[in-house]
Amino acid sequence: MEYFLQQLINGITLGAIYGLIAIGYTMVYGIIGMINFAHGEIYMLGAFISLIAYLITTTIGGGSVAIGLLVALAVTMVFTALWGWAVERIAYRPLRGAPKLAPLISAIGMSIVLQNFTQISQGARVKPLPPVIKGGVTLMQSEHFTVSLSYLQIAIVLLTVALMAAFTWVITRTPLGRAQRATEQDMKMAALLGVNVDRVVSTTFVIGAALAAVAGLMVTLYYGVIDFYIGFLAGIKAFTAAVLGGIGSLPGAMLGGLLIGLIEALWSGYFSIEYKDVAAFSILVLVLLFRPTGLLGRPEVEKI
Amino acid sequence: MLAVENLHSGYGRIQALHGVDVHVGQGEIVTLIGANGAGKTTLLMTICGKPRASAGRVLLDGQDITQRPMHEIARLGLAHSPEGRRIFARMSVLENLQMGAVVADPRHFADDLDRVLTLFPRLKERLTQRGGTLSGGEQQMLAIGRALMSRPRVLLLDEPSLGLAPLVVRHIFQLIEQINRDQGVTVFLVEQNAYHALKLAHRGYVMVNGRVTLSGSGAELLENKEIRAHYLEGGVIEQ
Repeated sequence: MEYFLQQLINGITLGAIYGLIAIGYTMVYGIIGMINFAHGEIYMLGAFISLIAYLITTTIGGGSVAIGLLVALAVTMVFTALWGWAVERIAYRPLRGAPKLAPLISAIGMSIVLQNFTQISQGARVKPLPPVIKGGVTLMQSEHFTVSLSYLQIAIVLLTVALMAAFTWVITRTPLGRAQRATEQDMKMAALLGVNVDRVVSTTFVIGAALAAVAGLMVTLYYGVIDFYIGFLAGIKAFTAAVLGGIGSLPGAMLGGLLIGLIEALWSGYFSIEYKDVAAFSILVLVLLFRPTGLLGRPEVEKI
Repeated sequence: MLAVENLHSGYGRIQALHGVDVHVGQGEIVTLIGANGAGKTTLLMTICGKPRASAGRVLLDGQDITQRPMHEIARLGLAHSPEGRRIFARMSVLENLQMGAVVADPRHFADDLDRVLTLFPRLKERLTQRGGTLSGGEQQMLAIGRALMSRPRVLLLDEPSLGLAPLVVRHIFQLIEQINRDQGVTVFLVEQNAYHALKLAHRGYVMVNGRVTLSGSGAELLENKEIRAHYLEGGVIEQ
C-alpha cells in the first residue's frame, strides 16, 4: 500500500510534466494539423535555458533560491517562447499550404538542428544541478517503507495545475482563445471575419513553447541532470500522451500526460524499470485499437 | 461603392474568372445569378482576397483592395456570409456572433448583438447552443447575423437559400430586404434561386463560365426570355 502510494505520487509528478509538453503538441495539431516534431527540442532548450538562467541569477543575486527560481522561470518562458516563435516562422510558415508531408519533414529537420546546436554550443556531457528545493513531508511510515512527498513534487504539481487552469481560462474565455478556436475550426472563415491567422498561429507556438519551458525547468530541478538529447524521449512520450488523450483536445492532453506518467511510474515500481517505455507505448497501441480518436478525442463526423 | 474591374482569378492553372466587371452602388441590392460552376463563389472569394486576382482590380469606395490580405479587408467594412455558411460548429451561437465582431469596436458589442437578435429572434433562444447543432435555416441566420456583427457597409451573401425549405428561403429573403432597407447595408447577393433573387434585387448580373453575359434591373432580367428559359423553369411556379 505504501509502495503504491509512493509510485502514485511519483507518477502524478511525472504526468504533470508530460502534460505540459503534450499541450504544445495538441494545440499545434489542432490549429495547423501538423505534428511539431521539434517540440521535444523546445522543451530541451527550456531545460538548458532554465539551468543557465538559474546559475547566473544565483551567482549574481547572492544565492537566494527563491529569487533564482522565479527569475529562471520568467527568463526561461520568455526565451523558450522566442525559440518556439522562431521555429514556426522559419520552418513552418513558408510551408503553409504545401502538402502535409513537407512541414513534417521540416519539423524533423528543425529537431535535428536544435539538438546539434545545443550539443555544439553547450557540450555533449550531462549538465548537473545540485538539488535546489530540498526536503519534504513524510506522509506514511511503516517498518519497511516511508512514503514521502517532496516539496519539489508539491511545487511541480501546484504550478502545473495553476498553469493549466490559467491556460484553460485563456482558451475558453478570452477573445484570444476564441480566435484561436475559430482558427482551429475554419482558418479561412476566421480570416474572412478579420482574424489575423498568422498571428494566431504564432501565438499558439509561443504558448506551447512557454508551457514546455516550464516543463524543462521542472525536469532540471527534479532529475538534476540534463543533456542535449532529453528532448527526444520526452517529446515522444508527450506526443503519446497527446494522442492517448485525443490529439487536438486540450483536456485530453492533460489527461494523457497524467496517464502516461502513472503508467510509467507504476510499471517501473512493480515490474521492470527497463521496460517502462514499452509499457507506456503498449497502452497507447491498445487504446488506439479500440478508440482511434483517443480517450477524449472527438469523432470526425459532424453535422454540417 | 464596390466595383470589380476586369477581374481574372482562378485556382492554380484553372482560370475561373475571365475579366469580370461588376458594380454595386451605395444602398443597392445587386444580385449575381448563374449556374453551378459559373464562378460566382470564386468572384466573392476573390473580392475578399483568396484566391488572389491574377489581373484586374477590386475597388471599395474607390480604394484598391485587390492585394490586401484577407483579414484586413474585413476591417474595411466588407462582410461575407460564405457558401456553405461555415458556422464554427464547436462554438456556441454567442461565440460565433462574437467572432463576427472581431473587427468591430467592442463598445458597440451590446448594441450590435441586440440588433442582430431582434432581427433573428430564433438565435436568441439558442445563444448557448453549439453552432453545429442548429438547423440549416438557423445556421443561415447565424451566418448572416455573424456577418452583420461587424457593422459592415457592404454585405456579401453567397447562396443563402442553399438547402433550405421554400418557406425558410422566403423568410431569409425578407430579412435581407429588411437589412438593406432599415440598416442601409449594401448587399451583393449571389444566388442560384434566380426568381427570388431577381425579385428582391434592384439590379442583377448573369454569369456564365466566368464571364458576365447579361445585366439589367431585376425586373428587366425577370422578363428576359433567355433567363426565363435557363434559370426560371419551375421557379416561376412559386409565388
